[in-house]
Amino acid sequence: MNPPLLVFNEKGIYCAQADVYLDPWKPVDKAIITHGHADHSRWGHQRYITHHTNVPIIKHRLGQINVTGKEWGDTFKVNGVTFSLHPAGHIIGSSQVRVEYQGEVWVFTGDYKTEDDSLAVPYEPIKCHTFITECTFGLPAFKWTPQQQVMANINEWWAENKSEGRCSILFGYSLGKAQRLLKHLDPSIGQIFTHGAIENITQVIRPMANMPSTTLVTKETKKEDFKGAIVLAPPSAHGSTWIRKMVPYVTASASGWMTFRGARRRRAIDKGFVLSDHCDWNGLLQSIEATGAEKVIATHGYTDIFSRYLGELGYDARTEKTQFEGEQAEIETAKETTATE
Amino acid sequence: MKKFAALIKTLDSTNKTNTKVQALADYFDTANDEDKLWTIAILSHRRPPRPVNTTLLREWATELAGIPLWLFEESYHIVGDLAETIALIIPDGKEPSEKSLSEFLDDMIHLKSKDDVEKKAYLHKNWRVLDYYERFVFNKLMTGGFRIGVSQKLMTRALSKSTSIDEDILAYKLMGNWSPKKTTFEALILKENPSDYISKPYPFYLAYAIEGEVKNLGAVTDWYAEHKWDGIRSQVIIRQDELFVWSRGEELVTDKYPEFQKLIGVVPNGTVIDGEILPFPDGKIGTFNDLQTRIGRKTVSKSLLAKKPVILKAYDILEWEGEDIRTKSFSERRKILGALYDRVKKDIAVMHLSETMTFDSWESMAKERERSREVHSEGLMLKRKDSPYLVGRKKGDWWKWKVDPLTIDAVLTYAMRGHGRRSNLFTDYTFALWDEKEFGEKELVTFAKAYSGLTDAEFREVDKFIKANTLERFGPVRSVTPELVFEIAFEGIALSKRHKSGVATRFPRILRWRKDKKIAEANSLDDLKQMIV
Repeated sequence: MNPPLLVFNEKGIYCAQADVYLDPWKPVDKAIITHGHADHSRWGHQRYITHHTNVPIIKHRLGQINVTGKEWGDTFKVNGVTFSLHPAGHIIGSSQVRVEYQGEVWVFTGDYKTEDDSLAVPYEPIKCHTFITECTFGLPAFKWTPQQQVMANINEWWAENKSEGRCSILFGYSLGKAQRLLKHLDPSIGQIFTHGAIENITQVIRPMANMPSTTLVTKETKKEDFKGAIVLAPPSAHGSTWIRKMVPYVTASASGWMTFRGARRRRAIDKGFVLSDHCDWNGLLQSIEATGAEKVIATHGYTDIFSRYLGELGYDARTEKTQFEGEQAEIETAKETTATE
Repeated sequence: MKKFAALIKTLDSTNKTNTKVQALADYFDTANDEDKLWTIAILSHRRPPRPVNTTLLREWATELAGIPLWLFEESYHIVGDLAETIALIIPDGKEPSEKSLSEFLDDMIHLKSKDDVEKKAYLHKNWRVLDYYERFVFNKLMTGGFRIGVSQKLMTRALSKSTSIDEDILAYKLMGNWSPKKTTFEALILKENPSDYISKPYPFYLAYAIEGEVKNLGAVTDWYAEHKWDGIRSQVIIRQDELFVWSRGEELVTDKYPEFQKLIGVVPNGTVIDGEILPFPDGKIGTFNDLQTRIGRKTVSKSLLAKKPVILKAYDILEWEGEDIRTKSFSERRKILGALYDRVKKDIAVMHLSETMTFDSWESMAKERERSREVHSEGLMLKRKDSPYLVGRKKGDWWKWKVDPLTIDAVLTYAMRGHGRRSNLFTDYTFALWDEKEFGEKELVTFAKAYSGLTDAEFREVDKFIKANTLERFGPVRSVTPELVFEIAFEGIALSKRHKSGVATRFPRILRWRKDKKIAEANSLDDLKQMIV
């Protein structure tokens, strides 16, 4: 019997036949990168291959690297193994990786979501034999409300705060979530400010996406300018001196974790909007079914629970340990641009 | 219900006390009297008895959600709240219900006597139609203490805002054994007839721990000191030849302490005493551990009564000859209490007087404090001689001056996810000490659980460690690689047959994370046992 096409070793997900790694967490020679979040695109590889819209993003994060950009569906062969990238819908430039060798097909999702956020190219199910999936939100407790509804609620919240003379501070990750929020904010309500970490990465993405204009918060920004405005900030800004200038303000967080009342209360945030760049429970199950895969490997998130349930549904399911940060919801406040959710 | 669910949603969407008070006050201004009364009852932990046990709730919810029971249980451990878990896993209903809060509560009261088929039909019907927040509130009403980040104090403040009745008076009106089924908003809140309820206790006056140096309190001669006894703070009421015993948690515990029935006929009617229920085995004050067996029992057997008797250590007197004397000074109240005690002590051995002590210097008071552990007290209580008896926790006139806790360095061995605002975060820990065996071998033996004392940032760090260093999972509990050492503080210690270590500690909590220590440097069980006085 042939060895498995992809194995999980101490450096990452490895294709021995091609000597290529997928999203490795230790420096390697050749790395295919699904997307720009720091737990998937790390520093120190000799060669990076990724979707061309992710190129400016990882260059911004990692500096001068040797990187090749590919188009969706373009195939490239390495020692008989065919690779191609397909949209994952997680954030702008995010891909799934399809790997085929002698008729056997594996797909690695990286991070993904099924809903079209009108910023990232939407997720496409890819037929495969073995599906390596994340399951950050792999519990039946997670059910997303359509983005249109959530964004309407956010704009409503902003308008209400404005009518009370308050500043609205909305926390979301610098890469991905912040631009998704920005894209759907209603600029007719008021001015949109950004934290430096968000502004930098937004500038990188602007040439690829049409988004409302933003103003960077600086030392010179006047206290009264914040009245009625919205400020997009990374979660780490919560509780910092940076937001003091914005008094009186109301805070909110946009994340899948806001499903849990406890998660919001623990962070002492006023309002939680449930908005995630990952699949919810049904999204995961439907995606897996759509791939037609018999074998499923759960990488990060509630892997044990999720794969046990898949087993009951009749899949050949197992878990693999990776260094992707599925269960890292709690560290998020300590992070800047890096975390995925 | 629509209105109540909207209130809960508003309360849930803010972290600011004033906004919460305003939202509640607005609700009290507009809701009907029945709903108001139920809201007050619920927020002061007077919900109707649970109509359906949680095992059935879980089963029926998973059935409706179409998931296996084990998956529900796993989700529950992570969500950390049963009502919330059920609300989350059930497919969304779209229709807010036209039924009022009090109608729903009436339903639940009647549901209790129905059979399982009817109960299940009722739940499924409502779960299907209610939207997320209504479903959550509906489940909360059915399952539990309704803790939603609104304290009784906050609710009282809002009620005061809405009714223009003084907060302290409202707190008094809300105490005791009332039920929304037997009274009305008008009678309970608006009418002025406090004599309706002969069982009614007064709100307890509670003290804060002293801040800074004790000598900053001024002249030592202005203060009384007493030992801070470690039992159950209680109020004993004798009115109209009836006895009522209330614990500080506003629980009526009269039946648990039949010893005090002897007070009837000896202590005159119209007397309310504030004191501490203390274990008194072998004719002397025991440890809190001696009291444990009495706390859990509703009715007490003769043998337990003989083995673990209790006494009342009287601190204060709040009502005398039917009159509320809380505004009199502490020294005047103590004079009355002292005279009462002298008169009745030969007839009733169950009542003791907590001795008030005066000192000529703070230093000599400090010496008395050092003796606390010997006499099984937690330290001293300082009470200003001219202080009135206030309502709730107030600074200024009364202070706690506890002895420093005992401490020991222990190893983290098991962890469990927390609840409420700590859901999905490993915050409940079990700690172990070295048990030295023969031939220099040793093993870790668990001795205490603790879940407070770390900062949020530290909890996150430990949580990360636990997730990365899990050895085994036992349902919600994980065993972790023994690697982290913490300094554990506790108030008291006693031998115990119920604990694997043979030792029970009182109120263990984490003092600090000893990142500087390796597990080999943690203390042993012998070190702990040596602390037993």
